[in-house]
Parts: sequence; C-alpha cells; structure tokens
Amino acid sequence: MSTIVLLLITGLGLGALYFLVASGLSLIYGLMGVLNFAHGSFLTLGAFAGWEVARRLGADSWGVFGLALVVGAAVGAAFAALTELLLVRRLYERHIEQVLVTVGLALATVALFEGTWGSDPEFIEGPAWLRGTTDVAGAPVPNDRFLAIGAAVLVLIGIVLFLRYTRFGLIIRAGVENRAMVTALGIDVRKAFTLVFAVGGAAAGLGGVLASQYFGYVSPHLGAQLLIFAFIVTVIGGLGSLTGAAVAAVLVAVLQQFANYYWGYGDLVVVLLLALVLLVRPSGLLGRRA
Amino acid sequence: MTTTPTTQQASSRSDETAPLPADDGARGAARRRWVPLATGLALVVLLACLPLLAISLPGVLPGPTYTPGTLQVLALALLVGALALSYHLLFGVAGLLSFGHALYFAVGVYGLAIVLDRTDLPLLPAACVVLVGGIAVAHVVGAISLRVTGISFAMVTLAFAQAGNVLVRRNPAGATGGEEGLALDTTHVPDVLVGVANTRNLYWLALAVLVVVYAIVLWVERSRAGHVAAATRENEMRVRVVGGRPYLVKLLVFVVAATLATAVGMAYLLLQSGAVPRVTSADFTLTLLVMVVLGGVGSRWGAVVGGVLYTLLDQRLGALAASEAIAGLPSVLRVPLSEPLFILGTLFVLVVLFLPGGIAGAAQRLAHRSGRNRDRQREVARDTIEESA
Repeated sequence: MSTIVLLLITGLGLGALYFLVASGLSLIYGLMGVLNFAHGSFLTLGAFAGWEVARRLGADSWGVFGLALVVGAAVGAAFAALTELLLVRRLYERHIEQVLVTVGLALATVALFEGTWGSDPEFIEGPAWLRGTTDVAGAPVPNDRFLAIGAAVLVLIGIVLFLRYTRFGLIIRAGVENRAMVTALGIDVRKAFTLVFAVGGAAAGLGGVLASQYFGYVSPHLGAQLLIFAFIVTVIGGLGSLTGAAVAAVLVAVLQQFANYYWGYGDLVVVLLLALVLLVRPSGLLGRRA
Repeated sequence: MTTTPTTQQASSRSDETAPLPADDGARGAARRRWVPLATGLALVVLLACLPLLAISLPGVLPGPTYTPGTLQVLALALLVGALALSYHLLFGVAGLLSFGHALYFAVGVYGLAIVLDRTDLPLLPAACVVLVGGIAVAHVVGAISLRVTGISFAMVTLAFAQAGNVLVRRNPAGATGGEEGLALDTTHVPDVLVGVANTRNLYWLALAVLVVVYAIVLWVERSRAGHVAAATRENEMRVRVVGGRPYLVKLLVFVVAATLATAVGMAYLLLQSGAVPRVTSADFTLTLLVMVVLGGVGSRWGAVVGGVLYTLLDQRLGALAASEAIAGLPSVLRVPLSEPLFILGTLFVLVVLFLPGGIAGAAQRLAHRSGRNRDRQREVARDTIEESA
C-alpha cells in the first residue's frame, strides 16, 4: 500500500513537471501551429538561472528559493518572447520552417549551455524542508513532489483564469478557434503570439527550477529529457487543449512510474500508450476532431 | 492510377525549371541530361582515386588524402551523405517530416553488431538478416505512424525512435552494451575490412554505398510511385480524388528510406567498428534534418552535399575548438566558438531564415542569374549588330 501511495504521488509530481512544459507547447501549437522544439531550452535556461540565484545568495533560505522561482520564470518568459519576436515571427504561416528554426535554436542553445556550465550535471541545494520527506499513509514521500504538484496546480488555475477573464485571454481563445476571423475583426493577433510564447516560457522556466529540485541536479540536457515526454503528453492530450495536457500529463507520468517500478520499461509503456491513443483517437484525448 | 495533372505539377517543382531559348531546346535538353551524369561520374571516379593520391587541404582535412585518418573522416562524410539522401527521400520527396529516422539507422548499426556478436553467421548473410529485420520494423512503425499526418506523424515517429533509444540504453539481456556501446566482433568480418591499414577499403565501401543509395533514390523518385509520393506531398486530397492511394505510396517510400538507412547503418558499424547509443537519439535525427535543409530540401545532390559538409564541419570545428587561436580569445567569444553544435545550429537558423532552398537553392539561383546575364549580353550584342548594319 505504501509503495502504491509513494508511486502515485511521485507520478503526480513528475506529471506536474510534464504539465508545466506541455501547457506552453499546447498553447503555442493551438494558437500558431508551431511545434516548439526550443521549449526544452527555455526550461533549461530557467533552471540554470534559478541555480545561479540560489548559488549566489545562499541556497537554504525560502526567500532565496522563492526568488529563484521568480527569476527562473522571468528568464524563461524573456527568452521565449525574444525567440518569438526574432525568429518565429519572420516565418509567419510557414510552419515547417518555424519548426526548423526552433530545432536549430535548440541545438545551438544546448551547445551554448554546455560550453557555459559544463556538460556534467551540477548537484543543487535548496531549503532543508525540500530534502526531507512527509509520511503519507505510511509512505515517506519526498517533499519536493508536493511543491511541484502545488506549483503546477497554481499554474493551471492561473492560465485558465487568464484565458477566461482577461481581454488577451479572450483573443487567445478566439485565435485558437479561428485565427483568420480574429484578424479579420481588426485585432492584432501577433501581440497574442508573443504573449503566448512568454506565458509558455514562464511556465517552462518555473518548471525548470522545480525539475532541478525534483531530480536533484541541473544539466544542459534537463530540458531535452523532459521535452520528449512533454511532446507525448501534448499529443495524447490533444494538440491545443490545456485540460487535455493536464489530464494526459498525470496519466502518462503515473503510468510511467508504475511501469518503471514493476516492469522496468516505463518509457516503452508511454510510447505504446501514445500509439494506442493515436490509433483509436488520432486527435488525442480532448483534441478537436480533425 | 491516373495522377497526371498533379504529378506533372509536383515533379516540375523539384526538377530543373530554368527556361531555355526555343531554338536550341532539343540540344539543351540532351545537354541537361548528359552534363549532370558526366559530372557525377567524374566526381565518383575522382573520389575513388583519392586514397591513391596525396592531396592536402589544410583546414578542411586532417592530412593528405591517402592517410587512414583522413580516409576515415571522408568515409564517414560519405556515409552520412548517403544517410541524408535516404532522409531526403522521406522528407524532400514524400514530404514526411519524420523525427525517428535514426531508429532504422540504429537497427542497422546495432542489429549487425548483435548478429555478428551472438551468431556464427558470416558478414553477408548477417547483413541480409539485419536488412530483413529493418524492413520488418519499418513496416510496423510506418503502418502505425502513417495513420496520422503532419505534426502528429512527426511526434509518433519521435516516440518510436525514443523507445528504441530507451531499449538500447537499458541493455536488455546484455545485448546492446547500454551506455558503453558495443564493439564490433570481427571474427566473421573479412580481413580486408578490418584494421587501420585497410581504411581505404572501408572508404571504397562507403563510396559504393553512397552511389548505390543515390541510384536507388533516383530510381524511386523517377518511378510512378515516386511521382505519386511527390503529388501527395503537394496535395493529398487531390491524389485521392483522382484515384491514387496515398497511404500505400507513403508507406512504400517510408520503408524504402528506412531500409536504405539500415544498409548505411551497417556500413557505419564496419567503419566505426562499434556502436554507441548516440546514433539512436532524437538529436541524431535532428542533425539529419539539419543536413537536408542545409543542402536544400528536394534536391538529391543538395542532401549529399549537406551531409558531407555537416560531417566535415562537425569534425573540423571540434579541431578548431581545441586550437591555440580559440584558447586565447576572451570567454565571451571562446565559449560559443568552442562548441561545434552552437556554430552549426546558428548556421542552420541563418540558412532557414535567409537562404530558403539551402545550398542547392542558392546554386540554382546563381546559375539562373548568370544564365540571364548571358542572355542579356547576347541581346545587347544583337542590338549592336543590327544598329551597325
């Protein structure tokens, strides 16, 4: 029983990280049709920014950790907004080229991170509470899992509220539905593009700081590791659907944890799940029917 | 299958479309057919003679062309060119953006390594077994992933390749050697293909692989199936309306491209005398994509040039990074310049942004422009003659 609880909560924590990456991917794809391969780099840069803050100001206080989270999210958002303004925008409506540009950016930035911070993982420290465990139904659950889950839930609520109750949210939702119509009504959708990139980048940067706590290290390949599963989550959930991404993130991560523990091939199970979902519902769990 | 209108449209895009003056049209067509063939043959003969010559290209090659080190780099470049060509068949011809092409290459590399390691089969039968295995894997994965199109297709192929990557890294039953990789068991490999002294034989093998892959890709592109595949890339609905069957044709192209990748993978194993998990990674497929786009999407020789150029740059930029000139720079410049992938990635972004059509596109535009200039000169000359008359 305690094993199951432990696996479940760990899976939820991993699912939270997947969601933080996949939410941005899904929003960007839904609005612009761009599959963003550089999203992993947003995450990695956010993680390194948070790590630098913690290293310089003393890692074990909560204030510094909170600052690291904010800085990570801000750096991720800035990087993402610059990517949209400088690279993606120039290739408006040319989806393959947009994908290619983000691929190039991902290759170049990962190399740059390796050159700057070295290719080996840097082990990190944080507030003492995060290293400890809490007893849940007899299972010692590492505390950083709760933090990841809480942050992901907050981000989900935040993005949903933003989309539902703000003017920009309205434009983004309308743009996902029918971009040509929004443009025809005289609304500049391009601002919404930059904004969506920034929001996705902020979520990824935040995810980066949390992921480095979850795994216990930062490395230039942190983003790429998570990105592939975030892609799978996005496709399973349905490209462009935020709720779908949340459901699929939990499903994929929990399944992966259980399969890893009992069978040892969790990653394969996830791929099989993807194949199965695409065979039965090619548009994903909550995606619009193609 | 009657796909005439779409087919003509689609194939005219990928072929040479420079307009020629009407009077020497027939001669021009014949010349257009023979000049590339003759150039290609001459190039192959030149490449085949390289191990017997002592040509030094300082900065490009590590040493004179007859030395094993240089031949190793050149052979690697040729094999990667062949691999890029197989990816061109998938992406350039059929328009299938796959992120999992490394899987079939890895089937060749790891498959042959495992068969040679675990069985007593000699090289050729072992290669046949691996090839059949590669075809089977490509059929299964292709049949599943081609049920979806566009970005979803890219994702599914990525996921399958990732599954292959995980399998290799997990080292099931000690077959793949995990992160360490697998050394080539040379017991059943002919002696002429083993050892540093025989690098030139491996070089010739790589050249032969490239030529064969080029011939097969050319054949598939010129076949009816190739035309239907190109038409499907342009407009799948229309192909379906005129009675074509896009799914089967796409599957065929997918399997052919995957099989070619498997064959190249086997040659790669012999050349590198070992398999490492890097060849199964998604990054490796992405570098293939980079090569094809760098060379020019839709161009056969562009794909080969992209692959060769990428490999040489990758090898030589590494050497540049370790050189004195870079070590002396301030860290703002030193760090980016000492990462080959940073330079290649940046180059790639610049090509996508500013040089659509890659190297092949730029070459074609250049040729077009000089052709137009010649026409204009001729016109000016004619005017002068008429005026003086």
